[in-house]
Amino acid sequence: MAGKVIYLDNSATTRLDEKVLEAMRPCYLDDYAVATSEFGYSQGLEAREILSEARDRIAGSLGAEADELIFTSGNTESSNLAIKGVARALGAKKGRHIIVSKIEDFPVLHSAKALEKEGFEVDYLDVDEMGFVNVAQLEALIRDDTILVSVQHANQEIGTVQDIAAIGTLCRQKNVLFHTDATHTFKRIPLDVRKIDVDLITISAHTIHGPKGIGGLFVRKGTPIVKIMDGGFQEFDLRAGIENIPGAVGFAKAVELINDDENQLLKEMRDRIISLVFEKIPIVTLNGDRDKRIPQNANITFHHVEGESITLHLDMYGIAVSTGSACFSRSLEASHVMMAIGGDHERAHGSIRFTFSRLNTMEEIGIVVDKLAKIVEDLRRISPLGKTGGE
Amino acid sequence: MPFPYNDIVLEHFRNPRNVGSLEHPDGKATEGSPACGDMVTVYLQVEPDTKKITDIKFESYGCASNIATGSIITELAKGKTIEEAKKITWKEASEALGGLPAIKAHCSVLAVEGLRSAIQNYEEKQGLAVSKDPTTEAVVRRRLKRVMNPMKGLDMVATNLVKEIEIKDGVIRVVVDLPENHQFAASIKEEAKERLENLWDVKEVMIEFEEI
Repeated sequence: MAGKVIYLDNSATTRLDEKVLEAMRPCYLDDYAVATSEFGYSQGLEAREILSEARDRIAGSLGAEADELIFTSGNTESSNLAIKGVARALGAKKGRHIIVSKIEDFPVLHSAKALEKEGFEVDYLDVDEMGFVNVAQLEALIRDDTILVSVQHANQEIGTVQDIAAIGTLCRQKNVLFHTDATHTFKRIPLDVRKIDVDLITISAHTIHGPKGIGGLFVRKGTPIVKIMDGGFQEFDLRAGIENIPGAVGFAKAVELINDDENQLLKEMRDRIISLVFEKIPIVTLNGDRDKRIPQNANITFHHVEGESITLHLDMYGIAVSTGSACFSRSLEASHVMMAIGGDHERAHGSIRFTFSRLNTMEEIGIVVDKLAKIVEDLRRISPLGKTGGE
Repeated sequence: MPFPYNDIVLEHFRNPRNVGSLEHPDGKATEGSPACGDMVTVYLQVEPDTKKITDIKFESYGCASNIATGSIITELAKGKTIEEAKKITWKEASEALGGLPAIKAHCSVLAVEGLRSAIQNYEEKQGLAVSKDPTTEAVVRRRLKRVMNPMKGLDMVATNLVKEIEIKDGVIRVVVDLPENHQFAASIKEEAKERLENLWDVKEVMIEFEEI
């Protein structure tokens, strides 16, 4: 690829921060021992100490106690553990009914579908055109045998932030467990378990310049849950397997490196791209709520053109973005999120998601919008849509 | 990681040939719909005596393979007689492009179908349709299979939208299982009419809506 690459797919994953890599290095080369029990050998005790410190720091950033954070291999595993672990713990005791929103990311959605095949009943909460779930609808759906509600903190594609405080309060009142997938909000917007009635939270390192292959699940003390993968007694007997200590240390370092200034910068880049696109390119729609959205996400539909064609043209300029178009996805299905907020295929196919990180600059935003304006104009010229007052 | 598209495909994607529309086309057809994510319109100008395609244009709403196939198909068809052009296959188009990803067959085959339908449209308009068989329910059904149900991304027959078909004295009456004021009613009606009104023995097409 000639020239500099402009990477705007940071909700897919982020570049590892060098400082994170430095922090992880000794865990591979010097302190490589397994974390032993307190009766183990010195190296093992040292490893145990390092892991514990990392756990303290990450849990602390959520306002949680250290023993409320389970390390996993990432957000996919965290959400699987939360949903299937609770289902196994309560399925026989309390009930087999679960409620999730329609726009959850695949780890939650497909865990729910897997449980359906095992005989659990799942209700899928609708969202409005901005992507918000309706708390009144949720209340109406909760039954005596409901064991878990899972509603994401913010959406992976359109960035809409849910009112998880209200959902948490309702669930607590109804004595139902509440899980939220915070993969795209952790360290980006405030989340404190002392203030919000949430029982389980999925987090991940790879969206905040941490390493891939490590994530976490906050499990509030006393939450009924059992492990879903058999093996040893690691992670308070909730997640078997040798601990990923380098990953945990990298995760903790990544958490430490994010500050409010950075999130402010992301927000400014987000607002800049939205205003520039609306200024320079006609017939566009912002997907997701204008204000209640995560700082790193802008998602815009360029009507009458197809997303894969846009991303391919942008790629030729060294610009990486993603789209909700069917042609782009591995499944060749239009984004379920875009369909849920409007049921309009054309809006899904022409949608482009821009997600920012601290490695992006305002200058890049300008370049991207200039290229986009030209690409969209060219593709519209050859498109049969939008002519003579059509579509 | 090898790029999914080869250089020929990318070149046609970047610089598609014969793009645009014809103001008074002798034949015209659209395949696909926004719902399925790909849509191609083909316009033809045909020399009446030789039956040669003298001009051809296409418009595409679609991904790279859709655009590239639209481009190559117009190049392949230009200058050919309609009989020759009818025989162009997806395989030939794909070979001319140096190969397309198998998973994108659906998106690219639309352009080939677009060309064939545009030729058919020309023949019907000219009264050249080879078949003078009377239009039956099966014929109507087959044609309606080309009309997309935008809600499902599949055709209106497969998605059970066609409730009733009646053919009498050159008048086709199709009852669609949707409320009259449904957001897609108008576009389905228009597309269905286009598919049926050029049949040689059809004088009128009535598309009615009635929700079960």
